[in-house]
Amino acid sequence: MDFQSCVNIKKEWDIVGARQLGRDISKKIGFGTVDQARIATAISELARNIYLYAGTGKVCFETIENLNEKGLRIIAIDEGPGIRDVTQVMEDGFSTSGGLGAGLPGVKRLMDEFDVISRQGEGTEVNVVKWLR
Amino acid sequence: MSTLKLDLESYKDLLKQYIETQNEQALYRAEQFSKHSIQQNITPDEIINVHIEALLELYPDIPSNIQSSLNFLLETMISYGLAYQEYQALREKQLELQSEISVAANMQQTLLSTTKPEMSELDVGAISTPAKQMNGDYYHFVKDQEGSLGIAVADVIGKGVPAALCMSMIKYSMDSFPDSRMEPSVILEGMNRVVERNVDPSMFVTMFYGLYDPDTHEFNYSSAGHEPGFYYSAKNDSFHDIEAEGLVLGVDRSVKYEQYTQHLDVGDMVVLLTDGVTECRTGDRFIERDEISDVIHQYKHLSAQEITEQVYRHFERLQDFQLRDDFTMIILRREV
Repeated sequence: MDFQSCVNIKKEWDIVGARQLGRDISKKIGFGTVDQARIATAISELARNIYLYAGTGKVCFETIENLNEKGLRIIAIDEGPGIRDVTQVMEDGFSTSGGLGAGLPGVKRLMDEFDVISRQGEGTEVNVVKWLR
Repeated sequence: MSTLKLDLESYKDLLKQYIETQNEQALYRAEQFSKHSIQQNITPDEIINVHIEALLELYPDIPSNIQSSLNFLLETMISYGLAYQEYQALREKQLELQSEISVAANMQQTLLSTTKPEMSELDVGAISTPAKQMNGDYYHFVKDQEGSLGIAVADVIGKGVPAALCMSMIKYSMDSFPDSRMEPSVILEGMNRVVERNVDPSMFVTMFYGLYDPDTHEFNYSSAGHEPGFYYSAKNDSFHDIEAEGLVLGVDRSVKYEQYTQHLDVGDMVVLLTDGVTECRTGDRFIERDEISDVIHQYKHLSAQEITEQVYRHFERLQDFQLRDDFTMIILRREV
């Protein structure tokens, strides 16, 4: 499955667009209501990070499949300032959006796999996967 | 996963029972269910989900607008679920930190331990209790080659871990002084240089050093901004402050400390303390120094160690058993 579709994030409203597309794809894959809601929340966090800290970027979705299971991969890419200290950002209680967002630790909890690559001055790529169980 | 399934079944039964009977017993079991769920780290959004699933199984023909509203509720609970998970993670971290601190506190106790000297001329009592787990107060006895007894009392302004770290450094520096007789003023001048070089300027250390000579019964002492102690004259049955001028440690590298002498007659006492004793509070009011000397006076028939313990118990109770600062008190009484 190499099908991939993306939503560009430029304004706050695009967060909703990303959520919508992510939810539609999750539904198609067969995720239940709770997982759909969790995936949508994760998308919100990722898209909001792009909107707040990088200005622009995109959130892409990919249906993935291995021998036993199906899942959804979400990749959030921006060319913003990058994260200076990823370990610190991944710490609970260190919320960059004023304590209101679940932050990246929240995204990690909502999904099954989580990876982030960030280079200062070049941008950030967050890669997450949720498997259908 | 299977336990969650099991819980869905029992939740469904409970819900059904309640809807049919609306009795208190079902509600009580709901309370049990939620406690059980908390034990199993089940988040609020999962409960909502179980509720929706149970409801749909019991009433498959629920109007679609109600179904949508339940999904809407679920959506709003996702972030609460995350907050709950974060709370649990932070709680675990806190427990970890607490056990680390208690290990450190034990280490510190071993580090700072000092043996109370046994001298026929002098009855010695000492007590030091931290307000939190770690102690920012320090006291130490050292007997020099000539048989004099040196007594150091220090107090790091502040408490908890930072004060305790600083205290460990004071202890090591004190250990590095030679065993030959050292005058109190010389010791404080040495400690002043150590603190000035090694401690953050925002941290202050006060220190008192006394040297008792069992041959002459003279008590020589110097103070670096330390809380004044008491001298008790048995002949007059009265207390006086042991006043001594001196700047706190670590402020000025070249400071000199004045040295004072107090002669002790039989039955006379020297009481050394930290501001954790004098800054005891009852309600909004700090205690008066007179109240401390009154309590000591009240127990003066006891041994020096028993007096320190009685004074501690008195002020511990006065403060509703919640120390606000580390509490250290040393009593020396000339016996013969």
